Amino acid sequence: MRYEVRISGEGGQGVILAGIILAEAAIRDGRNVVQTQVYGPESRGGATKAEVIISDEEIDYPKAGRIDLLLALTQEACDKYSGDLKDRGAMIVDSSQVTALPPGGFTLFALPIIETAKEKLGKGVVANIVALGTIAALSSAVSREAIEKAVLARVPTGTEELNLMALAAGFELAGASSQ
Amino acid sequence: MRASVGLMQGNEACARGAIVAGCRFYAGYPITPSSEIAEELARLLPQVGGKFIQMEDEIGAMGACIGASLGGVKSMTATSGPGFSLKQENLGYAIYTEVPCVVVNVMRGGPSTGLPTSPAQSDVMQARWGTHGDHPMIALAPASVREVHDCTIRAFNLAERLRTPVILLYDEVIGHMREKVELTDPSQVAIVERPKPTCPPEVYLPYKAGEDDVPPFVRFGEGYRYHVTGLAHDERGFPTQNPRVVEAHQRRLHRKVERHRDEIAAYETFMLEDAEVAVFAYGITARSARAAVRTARSEGLRAGLLRPISLWPFLDLEVGKLAQQVKAIVVAEMNLGQMIYEVERAAQGRARVAAYQKASGEPIHPEEILAALQEVR
Repeated sequence: MRYEVRISGEGGQGVILAGIILAEAAIRDGRNVVQTQVYGPESRGGATKAEVIISDEEIDYPKAGRIDLLLALTQEACDKYSGDLKDRGAMIVDSSQVTALPPGGFTLFALPIIETAKEKLGKGVVANIVALGTIAALSSAVSREAIEKAVLARVPTGTEELNLMALAAGFELAGASSQ
Repeated sequence: MRASVGLMQGNEACARGAIVAGCRFYAGYPITPSSEIAEELARLLPQVGGKFIQMEDEIGAMGACIGASLGGVKSMTATSGPGFSLKQENLGYAIYTEVPCVVVNVMRGGPSTGLPTSPAQSDVMQARWGTHGDHPMIALAPASVREVHDCTIRAFNLAERLRTPVILLYDEVIGHMREKVELTDPSQVAIVERPKPTCPPEVYLPYKAGEDDVPPFVRFGEGYRYHVTGLAHDERGFPTQNPRVVEAHQRRLHRKVERHRDEIAAYETFMLEDAEVAVFAYGITARSARAAVRTARSEGLRAGLLRPISLWPFLDLEVGKLAQQVKAIVVAEMNLGQMIYEVERAAQGRARVAAYQKASGEPIHPEEILAALQEVR
């Protein structure tokens, strides 16, 4: 089965890195994967997205078209990139940033991702890793073991513990919300 | 080194393939969406004793590649549309002087500055005819990250073997996407070196070819007499206007590529065995076509795909055979009509040739190709 994830936010939030880590986790799980991104002329600011397609079969078309899980960290990203979400797909939004939601039959998870990174972990920059934790927890995209290893393999030396805590915080947020 | 599995970007795969092929010189000028190739080679080349240089522009970069190659080093440059236009003059020089090198063009929307960050397939005819004068051309068009790696190695092998520039053409999506890739152990990859003369320096003629039309090559400064010019030249490399010599040289240059056509030709067929309609598509578009063919089959439409991996020389024989088999060929490409003229020529009216074209800066979606297939069924 083809599983499509789109991670969106604004430039500089580490959305593309999150996509890369998710893709590497899928490889650790032994799956096929393709990661693409929208690539604008600006390097910071503006809506940005990373897409990850995970499948056990060969992946022909590399871009997302019928999204199973969409994550939006900003209102602009949500407005711009939520159009291709499947009718019964899942949408994770940052509860402080995204207030206006598009219509649709998706399952919504409004979670304080950015606040958790800032307040609980004391580092706003790990919001993308908290977001990854929520994605891994709320989907069958990747295993927890794979995502942990993939995060550790990508983050700078000395930040391993912080990032693992961020990932765990994402799992917690998702757990609390789905109960 | 063992085979490795991991997530890799298309442009990164190109750089890695170049290293495996023995490339030890890169000259370039950064341009989106090709810059990661330069970035990666700036990191990798010094590790293997190679040289990286950022030149003042794309013209200089192409010139530097030719110079390095004459100096005996496998050389490469990479660019996108605007830079590819600038390289054309020196590209012709490399063809005429028979200097092997690899030129990568990661295609973006054009003409002019166009769409720097969006994919296109609109330089395929420029690759064939961009430089002036009558000349043969070899161009490869990979459709996956793994294939970018392998085609880069192939491009070097063909360039060295046939003493001619080889163009590697792929679009922004292939260049920037990351894919799960399993690379073979580099020690298992066949690497071709340029043909060397067996004669002593006194009798060496730099442009005298043997039976296969490829003249042996010596490194500049190796003790062999050697003159290089963009003027029409004789077997010694000196300018000539002797009609007989000029004509013979021109014909040999063309024959050199034509006679090795089977060695160059590469393509993939998908579900073509019993197909009644077919798609002809390359690069990113071929991936959409493959998905469209799968869906068409599930809906009872006997569709198939011919995916050229070598674009030039054109796959006349293969397309001709296809035209005999199917009733219609849909040529899907991200331009407003380029390779379709070659398909029409090779089909010789034996099958209907229909176009699906897109020039919006977005890849063609499988559904679009599916609809085109349903229309010609």
